[in-house]
Amino acid sequence: MKLKMTTLALGAALAAGPAMAELVFPSLSYRTGPYAANGIPFADGYADYFTLLNERDGGIGGEPIRMIECETGYNTEKGVECYESTKGEGALVYQPLSTGITYQLIPKATADGIPVHSMGYGRTSAKDGSVFKNIFNYPTNYWDGASVAIKHLLDLNGGSLEGKKIALVYHNSAYGKEPIRTLEELGKKHGFELSLLPVDHPGQEQKSQWLQIRREKPDNVIMYGWGVMNQVAVQEAANIRYPMDQFIGIWWSGSENDVRPAGDKANGYKALTFHNVGDDFPVFDDIQKYVVDTGKAAGAGDQIGTALYNRGLYAAMLAAEAAKTAQGIHDTKALTPAQMRDGMEALEITEAKMADLGLPNFGPEFTVSCENHGGNGFGAVAQWDAAADSWSLITDYIQSDQDVLAPLVTEDAQAFAAESGIEPSC
Amino acid sequence: MFYREAGDFSASYEEDSQTFPIKFDRYRYYLVLFIAIAVIPFVINDYWVNSLFLPFLIYAIAAIGLNILVGYCGQVSLGTGGFMAVGAYACYKFMTAFPDVSMLVHVLLSGLVTAGVGVLFGLPSLRIKGFYLAVATLAAQFFLVWLFNRVPWFYNYSASGQISAPERTFFGIEITGPNTQAWATYLFCLMFVIFSAYVARNLTRGSVGRKWMAIRDMDIAAEIIGVNPLRAKLTAFAVSSFFIGISGALFFAVYLGAVEVGEAFGIQKSFLVLFMIIIGGLGSIFGSFAGAAFLVLLPVALKIVGVDWFGWPTDIVAHLQLVIVGGLIIIFLIAEPHGLAQLWRVAKEKLRLWPFPH
Repeated sequence: MKLKMTTLALGAALAAGPAMAELVFPSLSYRTGPYAANGIPFADGYADYFTLLNERDGGIGGEPIRMIECETGYNTEKGVECYESTKGEGALVYQPLSTGITYQLIPKATADGIPVHSMGYGRTSAKDGSVFKNIFNYPTNYWDGASVAIKHLLDLNGGSLEGKKIALVYHNSAYGKEPIRTLEELGKKHGFELSLLPVDHPGQEQKSQWLQIRREKPDNVIMYGWGVMNQVAVQEAANIRYPMDQFIGIWWSGSENDVRPAGDKANGYKALTFHNVGDDFPVFDDIQKYVVDTGKAAGAGDQIGTALYNRGLYAAMLAAEAAKTAQGIHDTKALTPAQMRDGMEALEITEAKMADLGLPNFGPEFTVSCENHGGNGFGAVAQWDAAADSWSLITDYIQSDQDVLAPLVTEDAQAFAAESGIEPSC
Repeated sequence: MFYREAGDFSASYEEDSQTFPIKFDRYRYYLVLFIAIAVIPFVINDYWVNSLFLPFLIYAIAAIGLNILVGYCGQVSLGTGGFMAVGAYACYKFMTAFPDVSMLVHVLLSGLVTAGVGVLFGLPSLRIKGFYLAVATLAAQFFLVWLFNRVPWFYNYSASGQISAPERTFFGIEITGPNTQAWATYLFCLMFVIFSAYVARNLTRGSVGRKWMAIRDMDIAAEIIGVNPLRAKLTAFAVSSFFIGISGALFFAVYLGAVEVGEAFGIQKSFLVLFMIIIGGLGSIFGSFAGAAFLVLLPVALKIVGVDWFGWPTDIVAHLQLVIVGGLIIIFLIAEPHGLAQLWRVAKEKLRLWPFPH
């Protein structure tokens, strides 16, 4: 009743005019809630890289960057609010860091013509660029992750997983369910037995799952967890004395915050990653000089060099490089979301380029094309050293099993195209 | 002075027992309806609709539904999230099975399905009361969420277990999917809100509602004076679940577009809607609106003030939100245990005597 008036007044207050002369990168972050332990370092890395570009280079191609941060709490309703409130500001690309919100944004952002970059998460079949025009998930995705984990296990077991038992502990959501199909296919191919152990949001209660693991004694446990679920899982694994080097987490289950609570018992825990770890790169000197020393670091400034901080930084770097590419293609400094999309589709990451940015050997090389929005599926395995309190890469970048994955991606993308009436084209 | 019944004569029983017997009240109500139907659709954009109006309208329907059960019939329920999920999944199944049927039919059918499920879970209410019933409905909440996660048929065997709303229309206008117009989704939900509020208000004023209230106030006495508890309780569950089902269907199909059952319809949703009716006022239709508005708009307002105006860090604002909303709930419950609706009632009483109170 009267409230409608209040709402109107509220809305009027919102109508602050957007300034279009900047490159706007919204950051849908979460610094609160059960996923904050993982959301904070990512958001800090994402923000600090853009701050660095603004401070050191005056933006991208001379055009200043404006990053708008919006708190989602990993909640889809707040994610919708964040998307709607930032898209009018000229947002160039969305990186929601949540598979649920990504699923929500795929149709919306496509209709609005704004690209979405779900780096290593989101809908895997978005790799098929002929169907998902505005959605990108380079350099790698969930199914690649599952395949890389299995390849690593193949390497450890002399090339055969025949008769092995592998348990998948997963977040019972779209995110956690993503790898099931792939692992089932790989199970058929390599002859291992897969058992599924879902963990409900937020994941603080995992006693029964780990009791089952204790009883069934699987040879390996693969985990697709996020937020507080990771810490609890590592702790529970330690409690039942599950051998940590048999326990592999996806890249979202591989941050310092996930293993530290279990102390020394977490030693040897493995997690995948699609970029390098640590802060031994030239770019961190610049971050220290231009961002930290000038007091402009995001958050508490205590996350620099952690696994997820590096990932946030990597995400920002890819976005900035795509923006540079787009500026080159369209010969303009100010970008529209459509031009940004073209830049992302023409993005090429080479070793020389990364070295130039102060990130030598930081991630795999890849090229985005109209057909392939998802990179080449390279991932590496990192292992936690509790005594040194650090991650280290124990393998080279391994490519996922494209023979198995490519047909699955095409199948799922075609199903989506048929369902939503999209004509695949390139 | 303005707000009084002097000079406002009723010539028939109908006039005397209408919802808004005072002229000023009635005109105010028409004005609100007019603005909602004929003004707002012309001025809103995506942001207003998706961030403010749709959640407010949809939660208002859910709050009306729960208010019938808890506020009018006295049956405490913590299963709202689960029943909303039933509405959402029913709507999804109907939308994908019958693509050519109008959205209106889908939403109403989802409400009916939910009403059936509600009656089923309402059966224990014949034997158990109070906290024990709350626990039984809590079981419904967890069972339903588990069911929709567990049985792939409900999400059409999609790999991610998510349901996403395909494009569906109502008289040729797109209501769901990405290419909707702000005014269309707004009016579609508003239509259901007006319908729900109208039906609920008139049910609760009639003999059905009186039976519910008799059961709420003292079930044994009600039984002695001839109220059939079986019928009263089950109709309350059915009507309540019908509205909650509608809100669940709209929540999924129109508002979010893609839903994951554990995240969207978890136990927090049950509590949220319960808080809405407690803050708004138990046993009041206006209270359902007030409560929904309070809990939907306040966080957004705080975010705008904190982040956009003052430029505070987003995490501090998010934490402040919890503190302020929590604090306000406690203050409200201490200062006015009967909710915002009672505040409104008191204000009206005062206005009637103003400017010459006794």
